[in-house]
Amino acid sequence: MEGRQAMSNRQKGISQGIDTTIVWLYAILVMIGILCIFMVEYRNDGHWLQSFLNGKTSYSKQFIYAGVCTILATFILLTDSKFFTAFANLLYAFGILLMLSTFVIGKNINGSKSWIPLFGGFNLQPVEICKIFTALALAKFLSRQETDFSKLKSQLIAGVITLLPAIISIIQHEAGMALVYFCFFLVMFREGLSPTILIVGFSFVALIISTLLIEPNTLAIILTVGAIITIYLLRKQFKRSKGLLTLIIFIWAACVGIQRFAVPFIFNNVLECYQSARVYSAFGKDYNCSENKRSAKKSDKAPKKPDDYNVRQSKIAIGSGGLLGKGFLKGTQTRGKYVPAQSTDFVFTSLGEAFGFVGCLIFLLIYLFFLFRIITIAERQRSTFSRVYAYSVVSILLFHIAFNICMTIGLFPSPGVTLPLISYGGSSMVSFTILIFILLRLDADRQMVLR
Amino acid sequence: MSVFNQSRGRVIQIIISAVFLIITIQLINLQLFSAKYKLAAENNAIYRKIVYPDRGIIFDRTRKPLLENIISYDLMVTPAEAKTTDTFTLCALLNIDTVEYKKRIRDAIFKNTSVKPSIFEPLLSTELFARLSENMYKFPGFVLSERSVRNYPYNTAAQLLGYIAEVDTTFLRKHKEEGYEMGDYAGMNGLERTYEKVLMGQRGIKRFIRDNKSRIQGPYENGMFDTVAIAGRNLFTSIDVEVQQLAEQLLQNKIGSAVAINPRTGGIIAMVSSPTYNPNVLTGNARRRNWGRMVMDTAKPMYNRAIKGQYPPGSTFKPLGALVALDQGLVTPSYGVGCGGGYAGCGSVYVRCEHKNPGHAANLRLALANSCNSYFSDVFRKAIDNKKYGNATKGYLKWKEYMNSFGLGVRLDVDLPSEDKASIPDTARYNKDFGGKGRWNSCSILTLGIGQDRMTATPVQLANLMCIIANKGYYYAPHFVDSIERENEEDKEMLKKYRTKHVVTHISDSAYKAVHDGMHDVTVYGTASAISIPGVEYCAKTGTAQNPHGKNHSLFVAFAPKKNPRIAVAVVVENGGYGSVAAGPIAGFIMEKYLNDTISTSGLSEVDRVAKINLIPTAIKQWYYRKDSIRAAKLAEEEANAKLEAAAEANSKANTEAQLELNAKPVGSNDTAVKIKSKSPLLLPEEQKKKWKGGKP
Repeated sequence: MEGRQAMSNRQKGISQGIDTTIVWLYAILVMIGILCIFMVEYRNDGHWLQSFLNGKTSYSKQFIYAGVCTILATFILLTDSKFFTAFANLLYAFGILLMLSTFVIGKNINGSKSWIPLFGGFNLQPVEICKIFTALALAKFLSRQETDFSKLKSQLIAGVITLLPAIISIIQHEAGMALVYFCFFLVMFREGLSPTILIVGFSFVALIISTLLIEPNTLAIILTVGAIITIYLLRKQFKRSKGLLTLIIFIWAACVGIQRFAVPFIFNNVLECYQSARVYSAFGKDYNCSENKRSAKKSDKAPKKPDDYNVRQSKIAIGSGGLLGKGFLKGTQTRGKYVPAQSTDFVFTSLGEAFGFVGCLIFLLIYLFFLFRIITIAERQRSTFSRVYAYSVVSILLFHIAFNICMTIGLFPSPGVTLPLISYGGSSMVSFTILIFILLRLDADRQMVLR
Repeated sequence: MSVFNQSRGRVIQIIISAVFLIITIQLINLQLFSAKYKLAAENNAIYRKIVYPDRGIIFDRTRKPLLENIISYDLMVTPAEAKTTDTFTLCALLNIDTVEYKKRIRDAIFKNTSVKPSIFEPLLSTELFARLSENMYKFPGFVLSERSVRNYPYNTAAQLLGYIAEVDTTFLRKHKEEGYEMGDYAGMNGLERTYEKVLMGQRGIKRFIRDNKSRIQGPYENGMFDTVAIAGRNLFTSIDVEVQQLAEQLLQNKIGSAVAINPRTGGIIAMVSSPTYNPNVLTGNARRRNWGRMVMDTAKPMYNRAIKGQYPPGSTFKPLGALVALDQGLVTPSYGVGCGGGYAGCGSVYVRCEHKNPGHAANLRLALANSCNSYFSDVFRKAIDNKKYGNATKGYLKWKEYMNSFGLGVRLDVDLPSEDKASIPDTARYNKDFGGKGRWNSCSILTLGIGQDRMTATPVQLANLMCIIANKGYYYAPHFVDSIERENEEDKEMLKKYRTKHVVTHISDSAYKAVHDGMHDVTVYGTASAISIPGVEYCAKTGTAQNPHGKNHSLFVAFAPKKNPRIAVAVVVENGGYGSVAAGPIAGFIMEKYLNDTISTSGLSEVDRVAKINLIPTAIKQWYYRKDSIRAAKLAEEEANAKLEAAAEANSKANTEAQLELNAKPVGSNDTAVKIKSKSPLLLPEEQKKKWKGGKP
């Protein structure tokens, strides 16, 4: 703290009021990211320095991206905070436009036409950038004086703002990215959204997971028994409120309906075979593709059963790390390129293999500290705009981290979500940098009331 | 509002912590409690390359290699890297067409993926190797990889040396603790099997890191866990390769066996079982096909009759009958019987004798020389009815004990696998035959005394008997391996049984002299008088064993020279008739070759004549004939196919199959043996294909 003050005394420029802890954590994470990518790309031929300087390898590119991000961060810190409040809605509209434009000028990368080709072979994924704009727009909307978030109408508008980009990215087959947009419900919860929605949401997820895990009839019996016990325990209150019994019966019927009909219907008719299989495999189950009507309709051939090679190799890589890991550059899974997309989506595996459980734990603690630090920042804001924005940053980061790491350790189907500041890729790196540095800019002006 | 909802910031912190906790728990589960992932990673990434040591070499008594290792080259292809190869030149060099080239590449990809090297053309000839290696730069994706292959420079002793083959699952189960792995080669028969541990050496293992496409990335941990290959050790045997070759030549076109042993050491000089095969056909890539064909052959070329063939010894047993009686003190060399053309001592059982002139069995020497059946029947009865043992059963047991100590009815422990012990029948056997204990006597089993009845012996046992007589009462267990390179304690233990002297009789030298003289007389005026070794006096005994299935088996046992014998021989020719006719000359030449180191000029044409005598039974000849007919039919079909092929190159596959089949001729027949010797068998199909194409009008 003293150092920070000393520094801010010395330079009255852009660093004034900037939270150096976040900056340091940001720098550390970026360095770890470059290190991880280096481990993935490293070839034991003695020319690593040369190839690094050539700028042909991923880690040197990531290094360049980091440089670009530094410049970008400086620009953001030089920007007036009011710019963000003023342009929030416009930027949001621009983001939506960008996303829509991919339908026309989009480039197909890895089966998703959600990229816009830029100069010099760089590609931009609007859905990444749009998260920032959505966060700004949400902050803008919630900080309006006329917004009363306890009203259903406001809640619906907020919901539309956050889910519009999600819907577009689902159409673009970027289901993972769409899932991230649900993180804004966490922000809304903080701003007064009824916890029932969160609880219902969690319960719904729990129901779907248990549908996959437990045999249908057994689950139906469990649900029925649960309903009967609830009715028995609450029997005295039925006299007071007549609707309660109806509600319980309705919930029970809905649960059984979802479990018996809705979930199988979605997996067999709505999702593609590979998607269903991925979800099933995340919970250690096999999906029988011959039941999938959608894949069967598309081609006459029996739908091919995809194997969970990615996740299996990823688990092998992390699992083989053990307590202390195999050591820097000694990961056999990493050096043998067994894990696909290891510098992007599965970058966590190289860390897990090389540095083991201890390394992973330290890494997770850095992230945890990072998130908690942003919450601290969020809570010290005077203006709702800054606070909502800060919580949006926390939620986005949390969802990215959780989805990505859970995918690599086989807890969640792989949705293709990057690990913030670690995964290789300019699009992801730049968008997280902007996200975090806007927060730092807003935090520097926390004494100001922004709307 | 912010104050109102401040507690919710706490809730969000709890949610975040919960998420991280779940992740941590799964990490603990994966990294600390699941050992399988470590194993899976190693299986994935560590490539253990086995470095095969050179197998030991087997030498004959003059240090000539009976087998050796040659480096052979395989042309390997990695299809993914071979896209820019000069296909035209390669096809021209290998003499294949582009259709064949594409087919081989397809097969390689199908069997072994396109990124791993597969064999494109195995075991290249030296000439082809030379031409390929100077053009290799034109063929990216192709490499020449060397491997060690057994080679038999003398084309001999196939059944003795055995063969090596890739181990199968059954083998691996049997030899679990010996460190074999799938893909290893091990000795499957003969000396290769018996001395496998000595010959195999110790494999080295190099560990490499490989990537997801099995490409080697570099040594694992800088070779810290690598082990070095230690070459197998050589075997020095008592085989004389020239004698062995001669014996094989003499036994051509016959079914039978010959064994020659050095009586002083028990070292086997030659051991032949006919029909035999060219050991070179069981190396390289044609092994499986040739092996299958030989297994089907009714003449059983892989069956070692020298240690597995069981024949009634007939008259060749007679010297032994004399030894038993002499050792028990029942007769002296001067003992004689009056024989008038047969043995009538048992009344109902009458044993006919070849001679009836008086005095032909006046003493042991004469009886042996004349092979008097009466004399040896009488002597046998004396042994069985020996007062000392009370009754016939006990007398027989004692007699059987003698037989076993002479090596009959027991395994001699030759250093080859699966030796048979043949048979000296048990008393239980006779109890069963004659309906109860004590219901038989010396008369019931009288013909045992002249080597018939239920008695059988293998050729190696017969040769060993000659050793006992030649040595005047002792023998060393017959064996091939005299010494092992860098012999260690374990080897000494293994070879100990071959260095132990077995003393079996305690008969005076003078008594032995009578036996030797008798057997010498056989060669002077007896049944073997037609067979002589220039400059050597020798002792022999012919035998003609009755064969209920056909013509009598011809037997001949001998040792030479008479004084200080250096070689003992037993020869059996199935369906050969009299012992002196078929087996005798073979034994004679074996001894001549060994003792004189050469065959006299007059003998050479005789060798040729004997080699040409065809004594293969009609049933087997017919079997070959049937095979040949099928072959002829195939050949006709083949020519028709070849014509079609010339018109359109379509049905090349069926062609190749037919040719492969066509090549599958039995080894025993004369022309095949010649052909195999003259050509490398591995190239046969291709060469023949060319020949037919060229010879066609």
